[in-house]
Amino acid sequence: MINMKVNLAGVELKNPVMEASGTFGSGAEYGEFVDLNRLGAVVTKGVANVPWPGNPTPRIAETCGGMLNAIGLQNPGIDVFARRDIPFLKQYDTKIVVNVCGKTTEDYLEVVARLGDEPVDLLEINISCPNVKEGGIAFGQDPKAVEAITKACKAHAKQPVIMKLSPNVTDITVMAKAAEAGGADAISLINTLTGMKIDVNRRTFALANKTGGLSGPAIKPVAVRMVYQVANAVKVPIIGMGGIQNSEDALEFILAGATAVAVGTANFNNPYATVEVVDGIQTYMEKNGIQDIQELVGAVK
Amino acid sequence: MAKVKETAQVISQERLAEGVYSMWIHSPAIASQAVPGQFISLYCQDGSRLLPRPISLCEIDQEGGRLRIVYRIAGKGTEEFSAYAAGSPVEILGPLGNGFPLEEAEGKRVFLIGGGIGIPPMLETAKALKGEKTMVLGYRDSQMFLKEEFEAVGQVFAATEDGSFGTKGNVLDAIREQGLKGDVIFACGPTPMLRALKAWAAEENMECWLSLEERMACGIGACLACVCQSKDVDSHSHVHNKRICKEGPVFRAEEVEL
Ligand SMILES: Cc1cc2nc3c(=O)[nH]c(=O)nc-3n(C[C@H](O)[C@H](O)[C@H](O)COP(=O)(O)OP(=O)(O)OC[C@H]3O[C@@H](n4cnc5c(N)ncnc54)[C@H](O)[C@@H]3O)c2cc1C
Ligand SMILES: Cc1cc2nc3c(=O)[nH]c(=O)nc-3n(C[C@H](O)[C@H](O)[C@H](O)COP(=O)(O)O)c2cc1C
Ligand code: FES
Repeated sequence: MINMKVNLAGVELKNPVMEASGTFGSGAEYGEFVDLNRLGAVVTKGVANVPWPGNPTPRIAETCGGMLNAIGLQNPGIDVFARRDIPFLKQYDTKIVVNVCGKTTEDYLEVVARLGDEPVDLLEINISCPNVKEGGIAFGQDPKAVEAITKACKAHAKQPVIMKLSPNVTDITVMAKAAEAGGADAISLINTLTGMKIDVNRRTFALANKTGGLSGPAIKPVAVRMVYQVANAVKVPIIGMGGIQNSEDALEFILAGATAVAVGTANFNNPYATVEVVDGIQTYMEKNGIQDIQELVGAVK
Repeated sequence: MAKVKETAQVISQERLAEGVYSMWIHSPAIASQAVPGQFISLYCQDGSRLLPRPISLCEIDQEGGRLRIVYRIAGKGTEEFSAYAAGSPVEILGPLGNGFPLEEAEGKRVFLIGGGIGIPPMLETAKALKGEKTMVLGYRDSQMFLKEEFEAVGQVFAATEDGSFGTKGNVLDAIREQGLKGDVIFACGPTPMLRALKAWAAEENMECWLSLEERMACGIGACLACVCQSKDVDSHSHVHNKRICKEGPVFRAEEVEL
């Protein structure tokens, strides 16, 4: 019997595969295609203290092997989310990770505190969204700010806290160490890379927001490199993501040092991507005589 | 009713006009549940193009288990599709969206209005509507794809931008020139056309339903890429952003900002 269970900050996941925040809603839509019970965890879209309308359209643009998005964290706010999305996810035998966003420290803390009374397993604090004017990435590009927001969230959180880092920094290890110093229980990376596309026929930006976050296979090598660097810089577990389309991609992240992985943009291309990654990892372990997935985590030094 | 993602087969491919193609796809699973005004997502074989392309259903043949799409080459994805020959596999997901509310047209005089590449979804809608209907189609020039197929369903009025056939101008020019009257509008086409129809419907006190378009990623309501500004609070985020792929693509005109 091979073991695919992983321990993420004290929470046991049945396998290391989840989907990346914002690409999967709260699971209801993709639940028509995949059995959510098969995922290690479901990560929700970012939730704020109040509803956010998000950015004007066009909000997305395709690029070669990737896409840009500037959704702007549209979300219903914690009240509706807690009433509707958490009970929906509780029907499934999977862990619930709630992605939290805010404009100010107080916004984040309000959501974190509210979630303390809810049956969710982990909190993922998004300090890396490149598409909102205030908050988001502003917290994620300065190590002092990373440490401070992590500390504040930890002080208010009842669940383990995952800090989601931005790749739009000079040295990702500095941010990871700051999160660890602030008490983070785990680290997620990477969020999207800030990019731009210009429509030459209309001579304007492809996105109404001008810039957007690049995701998909185009960013995978950057993400694998950053996971490797961070795995060698901190002790807390890592959730690796960025361009994972199949189990081979996921295994790259695990071998680089990720305890768990998240599948994002690939869902748009293939709604079955998440479970295919679960199955593919299992097949790989069987073929290669790996008993415990732990043997693979960070195995490439 | 459940959405289906499958590798279907191309039955036939035909060029209708400069850059405009018609493809029949064998998909009993989607055809059996689809309604007029709905769309499907087509996935590219070229892996560098990740996002599925939303294309409206032009015809739904439930008995034959076939779907028809009519599309214009707008970029690399549609160019790829146009090269598919009979027998080729084609990756599709559907049926998606809500479709036109045919029941709202019962016993009323219906306008079916299509502009440019918004014309195709009006064909199945026209075929499905049994009552009195007036069809108004707006083209760029005399390459009037699908026009004869509409004529087989009822009376068609055409407008061309270059004046090479019918009324010179747009669909509203044709309606005014011919003095056409109706109670309900079902329409699909470019935003300026939809905006003009919305204003005209308000003046004339007509009911008006419009099929909208926006850039899409998931096509199923999960990513929030495809929103439009709605008057009512939406069911997802409780703001004023309805998802075109889920709550739409067809909306009551007063409901949306264009
Ligand atoms: C609900 C709906 C129904 C549609 N029905 C039809 C139809 O019946 N016939 C038809 O010819 N076209 C239709 N379109 C437009 C069609 O989706 C685009 O022309 C097509 O996606 C262009 O893809 P491309 O790769 O050729 O172009 P590219 O410009 O290379 O595409 C790049 C990206 O932009 C997106 N995109 C480009 N133009 C549009 C557009 N106008 N709307 C939405 N996304 C776009 C593509 O999907 C892709 O993700 C419909 C769009 C929507 C939203
Ligand atoms: C449409 C879209 C919406 C996203 N929304 C969020 C979000 O709400 N919160 C967040 O932390 N990350 C968000 N992300 C980032 C992803 O979770 C992920 O970090 C990134 O896309 C890289 O993974 P991928 O290449 O597999 O998509 C979003 C990404 C996309 C494409
Ligand atoms: S395209 Fe994703 S919500 Fe409509």
